[in-house]
Amino acid sequence: MFFPSRIFCCLGIRTYQLRADVLSRSIRLSASATMAFRHKNTRRIEGLDSNVWVEFTKVAADPSIVNLGQGLPDISPPTYVKEELAKAAAVDRLNQYTRGFGHPSLVKALAQVYERVCGRKIDPLTDILVTVGAYGSLFSTIQALIEEGDEVIIIEPFYDCYEPMVRMAGAKPVFIPLRCKNDGNSASSADWVLDPAELANKFNSKTKAIILNTPHNPIGKVFTREELQIIADLCIKHDTLCISDEVYEWLVYKGNKHIKIATLPGMWERTITIGSAGKTYSVTGWKLGWSIGPQNLIKHLQVVHQNTLYTCPTPLQEALAQALWIDYRRMDDPGCYFHSLSQELESKRDRMARLLQEAGLKPVVPDGGYFMIVDVSTLNVDLSDVDEKQPYDYKFVKWMITSKKLSAIPLSAFFGPETKKKFEKYIRFCFIKKDSTLDAAEVILKNWNKQTA
Amino acid sequence: LSLPLQAKMSRPVQARRLEGIDKNIWVEFVKLAATYSKVNLGQGFPDFPPPDFLKEALERALSREKYMLHQYTRVFGHPPLVKILAQLFGKLLGRDLDPLTNVMVTVGAYQALFCCFQAFIDEGDEVIIIEPFFDCYQPMVKMAGGTPVFVPLRPKPSKDRKLMSSADWQLDPAELASKFSKRTKAIVLNSPNNPLGKVFSRGELELIAELCVKHDVLCISDEVYEWLVYDGKEHVRIASLQGMWDRTVIIGSAGKTFSATGWKVGWTVGPDQLLQHVRTVHQNSVYHCATIAQEAVGQGFQRELELYGKPESYFVQLPKELQQKRDWLVQSLDAVGMKPIIPEGTYFLVADISEFKSDVPDVPNSEEPYDYRFAKWMVKNKGIAAIPLSAFYCEAHKNNYNHFVRFCFAKEEATLKAANDILQKWKQEKTSP
Repeated sequence: MFFPSRIFCCLGIRTYQLRADVLSRSIRLSASATMAFRHKNTRRIEGLDSNVWVEFTKVAADPSIVNLGQGLPDISPPTYVKEELAKAAAVDRLNQYTRGFGHPSLVKALAQVYERVCGRKIDPLTDILVTVGAYGSLFSTIQALIEEGDEVIIIEPFYDCYEPMVRMAGAKPVFIPLRCKNDGNSASSADWVLDPAELANKFNSKTKAIILNTPHNPIGKVFTREELQIIADLCIKHDTLCISDEVYEWLVYKGNKHIKIATLPGMWERTITIGSAGKTYSVTGWKLGWSIGPQNLIKHLQVVHQNTLYTCPTPLQEALAQALWIDYRRMDDPGCYFHSLSQELESKRDRMARLLQEAGLKPVVPDGGYFMIVDVSTLNVDLSDVDEKQPYDYKFVKWMITSKKLSAIPLSAFFGPETKKKFEKYIRFCFIKKDSTLDAAEVILKNWNKQTA
Repeated sequence: LSLPLQAKMSRPVQARRLEGIDKNIWVEFVKLAATYSKVNLGQGFPDFPPPDFLKEALERALSREKYMLHQYTRVFGHPPLVKILAQLFGKLLGRDLDPLTNVMVTVGAYQALFCCFQAFIDEGDEVIIIEPFFDCYQPMVKMAGGTPVFVPLRPKPSKDRKLMSSADWQLDPAELASKFSKRTKAIVLNSPNNPLGKVFSRGELELIAELCVKHDVLCISDEVYEWLVYDGKEHVRIASLQGMWDRTVIIGSAGKTFSATGWKVGWTVGPDQLLQHVRTVHQNSVYHCATIAQEAVGQGFQRELELYGKPESYFVQLPKELQQKRDWLVQSLDAVGMKPIIPEGTYFLVADISEFKSDVPDVPNSEEPYDYRFAKWMVKNKGIAAIPLSAFYCEAHKNNYNHFVRFCFAKEEATLKAANDILQKWKQEKTSP
């Protein structure tokens, strides 16, 4: 053993003797060891073990690969954000537990920012919960409000965690696809729309909630007021909840406006709005998110939170609070990071679109977010000899990683089981990348046809 | 819009899994401490800072920006951290551990516990919980649809010493054995134990281990206080006992190890056949843990592994310092007539406050256990925050041990001195008319 043996000082009185019959005990133990190990997974996680990210982030971890796959920035977060973290960590008491439902200075800052945005009073203690990333907010919301017997409407394509989270809560996901208006000839994310009649059909007495994601990952669609009104009308008519994932709320490009469905009449009372520090400040590794809503809903999320992880890290919350104050004070300024980041990203978006077009592809230019999807059929890459029983786009991305040193994410990961096959030719690129990364991608795309696989 | 607007959702909104788990003692007692306490010996966190080397590790990480430290890291644990955890626990357990399959990082030990219950407890499963218990075990078992089955540690007063030790609180072997049924899925072990400070002996662990093996039961082993062990006692890891590695998930905490509870970095260590399911829960609930905190904790462990067993090791210094503080508080409480139970480990101790009952008269048929009322009275009137022991018992047993409160002694000397002053004054007020 590693450490030297010690003389043990027993303070207590032994109430029993170690059994002397060691031999018979060891026989009993070895018999038990041959018993079939019955400890399998619980029913709630049955079938939820695979995960597209775990698979693809592993494959793309090689630094020689130009990584446009997973949605994480390789641009630096703003300096003041990093500085605030250094400042916070230097304060002794900020290295210990803070308030479970959210660090006081952070929930106050969030309340101020969102009061401004929503035009309504938000109580920092009862209307907000701070979670481990927006992911944690989605989980807390679903665990708090969704259960067996419920149906939850999910709009396809969807950020992949919605489906397993709904299933883990014992509920049934009901899918409805965004459909391309122009018969598959799409130049913009705005071309992808819901069919109102089809949507209305998905609502019934079992529908507990609909999950909305705007700006949308992966397409980049920014739902218009009219589109949101249709959803809102149905929520009110059927008395359902709305779980609104708005992590990309600040990343909206010229000509578009991010509208919060919770601000539509009748919706505040039935909506949980989810936000993300990672996406707001390009610090995905901080894993801080928040849920905002009426007290009678948030209180249930708080119960989940106090029974799952209790508190989020203190210094990160303090730093985030300070950063929010800095930007809150200049919210009308173009220099505010909430605005300057989307400006920076718009030019990257345009560049990415150009690169793909020059390679003969037709990207779907997003109105928001930092992803772009593209149909790769025109590249005619024949992968019929690849044995794996995976959709075409999974095979394509893996092939592209190994032979072109460029990574993306297969779009069929974002669809339910019945629609997966229809989108096998789409892949998703992430463009929140520094110029040198986009330069490297440009080289690969320009030389695509020059190399034979 | 022609439909009447609903002020709220008109049907019950919350999921049934939240039934009976909405109350939480900390929400109430943390608020009381914040409002009234002059000396907070309640919630378990140090009021001294983390060690310099840990703060420096964070500063270095922030200034150097080696990797993309502000972006997502590996879902199941930042590679440098899981690597060092595998090395350290491999040595401690005498086993070769794979950092990728035998270790998973969580948001504090709290989230590790949650993942374990969600991974292994289905509706109808029974989980044995030893009382007194860290309060979250019960609601977590319930949230997973399981049935908690309680078995108490019982105090055996020793006649030859004035003060009890946490070692005097023991399981009755026959009683423990009777709690195992064919529905028993797991037992939760917490050693060193919060709130008593008991450090289960090898013999006691062997008893538990035999029952686990005999009944094919899992062991969720909460060892967050593993380094806080006094008087030369050994913290024995149940996973190192025969037949136990394959059925145990060990849980640890950087918050407790490095006096940095606000960083919320914890971990699970165990066989792949169990951790694979813990990973599934993690990837569907929290997904990643904060990168920078993991990077700094990894460096902290690197330093400790290099200094292992040496006097400068934090794992040697911290228990040494805390043992002194323990003895100080024990003396303090004993001098005023509160009867502390000397803890073998953790940074908590429990004291019998029966002598002070006259200050807080009993109220017959009160809903609240006596010690809750006492603790609330004490923080409001004397400014000392402590936690009632019955908070660590199930509803049915709350009145069994209702004249004890738990004190946290991971506090600066000045804090403990201030506590002593208040206690002395209180005693004087009681003795003089």
